[in-house]
Amino acid sequence: MGARSRRRARGQTCGAQSGVKDWPLWEVFLRARGGLSHRHVGSVHAPDAELAVRHARDTYTRRSEGVSLWVVPSAAIVASDPGQAAQLFDPADDKVYRHPTFYTIPDGIGHI
Amino acid sequence: MDGALPLPAPLRSASLSLAGEGEGLPFPEGRGTAPEAQGEGGAQSRASYALHLGDDALILGQRLSEWCGHAPALEIDLSLANLALDLVGQATSFLAHAAALQGQGDADALAFHRDVLDFTNCLLVEQPNGDFAQTIVRQFLFSTWQHLLYQRLATSTDPTLAAIAAKGVKEVAYHAEVSADWVIRLGDGTPGSAARMAAALDWHWRFVDELFAPADPALVAAGIAVDAPALRPAWDARVAAVLAEANLATPAARRAVTGGRRGHHSEHLGHLLAVMQHLPRSYPGAVW
Amino acid sequence: MYTTELSKPAPTNVVPIAEDPARLAAFEARVAADDFVEPRDWMPEAYRRTLVRQISQHAHSEIVGMLPEGNWITRAPSLRRKAILLAKVQDECGHGLYLYCAAETLGVSRDDLTQAMLSGKAKYSTIFNYPTLTWADMGAIGWLVDGAAIMNQVPLQRTSFGPYARAMVKICKEESFHQRQGYEIMMALASGTKAQKRMAQDALNRWWWPAIMMFGPPDANSPNTAQSMRWRIKRDTNDDLRQKFIDVTVPQAEAIGLTIPDPDLVFDEATGHYRYGAIDWEEFYAVVRGEGPVAKERLAAKNKAWDEGAWVREAAAAHAAKRAARKAA
Repeated sequence: MGARSRRRARGQTCGAQSGVKDWPLWEVFLRARGGLSHRHVGSVHAPDAELAVRHARDTYTRRSEGVSLWVVPSAAIVASDPGQAAQLFDPADDKVYRHPTFYTIPDGIGHI
Repeated sequence: MDGALPLPAPLRSASLSLAGEGEGLPFPEGRGTAPEAQGEGGAQSRASYALHLGDDALILGQRLSEWCGHAPALEIDLSLANLALDLVGQATSFLAHAAALQGQGDADALAFHRDVLDFTNCLLVEQPNGDFAQTIVRQFLFSTWQHLLYQRLATSTDPTLAAIAAKGVKEVAYHAEVSADWVIRLGDGTPGSAARMAAALDWHWRFVDELFAPADPALVAAGIAVDAPALRPAWDARVAAVLAEANLATPAARRAVTGGRRGHHSEHLGHLLAVMQHLPRSYPGAVW
Repeated sequence: MYTTELSKPAPTNVVPIAEDPARLAAFEARVAADDFVEPRDWMPEAYRRTLVRQISQHAHSEIVGMLPEGNWITRAPSLRRKAILLAKVQDECGHGLYLYCAAETLGVSRDDLTQAMLSGKAKYSTIFNYPTLTWADMGAIGWLVDGAAIMNQVPLQRTSFGPYARAMVKICKEESFHQRQGYEIMMALASGTKAQKRMAQDALNRWWWPAIMMFGPPDANSPNTAQSMRWRIKRDTNDDLRQKFIDVTVPQAEAIGLTIPDPDLVFDEATGHYRYGAIDWEEFYAVVRGEGPVAKERLAAKNKAWDEGAWVREAAAAHAAKRAARKAA
């Protein structure tokens, strides 16, 4: 996971006082209303999941932005490699036959 | 404003008031007989009741506001501001209702133009913030009580009180949870944090009994006011459970310090009001 | 506003790293095409460094900015004003959080950024090193300081770095209430008692010049500016933003009977813009150097809060560790 996980692995103390380093980073996902998916809205620091949910609530829902929160340790997120984006995603571009608009059905025929 | 608000009981002072001696604590008028819940005296009593609910919220909201920008972490700053905002909102609603019942003034008039003898908040909420342990213990003891109170108040026969409580109960449920959570984290954190928590409990315990002083019996009988003493067993149980999980000892029973409901406060309230009320008092008649 | 310019005269571009020309060219093309750069994408080191500095300076500004206004919450003159100011300052805290989170996606830790701010190494917007002397300052700050910030932030909603752009969108949504409540305070004062009017004019007199200095010194010819604009980290020059701000703000002052404290201020019919007096850049650089009127006080307050709160952070972490150990057992 690049820079962030390397930094965490080092586990060194920054400065004389304890900071929020023992409060790992959590990614926050919020469902705006019933029927919608959770969307990523940002991150919070917290020492554990319970406090992460509270911090996420205080940080990201002050204006009634949502009805459900997920918090996930940032370190748990596995991301696709942007360097591989071309191989992963471009091949889908030319498979137009996966889209209904590719097919011509004469007007008179219904329910298809 | 004079005469419309609770008069201090003439022969009592905070240090002489004893809890657990069978007398209970006097209700706001400090009179021997309970006034009618209806009529002039009744409206005054109802106003006093709404007033003390508002004062509790206002003074605690004011205390929490002092933390702004100085909390141990940004996330905690957000959390404390959130509590303060909820409390200021509740205060505004209760004080507006008290003013309406009195037939004069408004929430601002009550908040900014009464002096210490006419404030009826409990002593617990005016205690100084101290360190974060002091603040969180104060919050935990108060919010646990406030949650129980609002749950009952939501069924008050006074529709305005019921409405304020119904909205507020969600807020104070959260306050109670957040503060209980921190009591556990700090009680069962480091030896240093546990020591601070023990000191904070020791400081605040003497102000607990005042929370459970009975309201005007006529108001309780009319279903307007909550029977506060009846909340004690549930409060005791909840607090005991949280302190146990926090590895903290429940403080020993001790002599209660009371007087807040009668306008006899600690030395802190005067300073708090001097700050809070400075502008309206310095610029009489000004609109902001 | 939060650019490397704040770090003058310290060197802003350290030894330029020799970037892979092919990747650099591809990167430049993407940015020029209005595409977004996301945290794990390849990016030139100078881009990453500039962004970390700019985003973190912006974050520090939000956090330190809680202090001048936090100063007045306990003295707000009505319950409504108290609640509004509390909500505003709470928002600033939230904004700082969004921005620190955006900065962290670039591989820095919030702790490191915090230490840099507390030690005085990292800069934050000069404006927060001025004191708030009267209630009217709450009006002036909301109206002018948030107004200036909005001027800067709206174009940044399309800045090239995704997390920063998204933070800007969130912040912009919340910021307009901030400016409105400030102007509302000024309106009430300007139409109030003589003493209130005097308070309002006095606040405007003290905050006007620091507010227009917020945009930074003229930078149309700065090489850093050119690069930042090409990379869409900066969208407008400092002077352009400053001019826009002055043009919209002067009528707002006139509407409520307040006078901008600039004897050289005059509307130029030919250009359609206001011409304004000379800015004392010496004052600006002194404040950047850390010599602002309450710079020491601001840092002292943040350091005190941090130091006194250490036991809380440690205890919370210790408790979480205990819980995790119990669960594993």
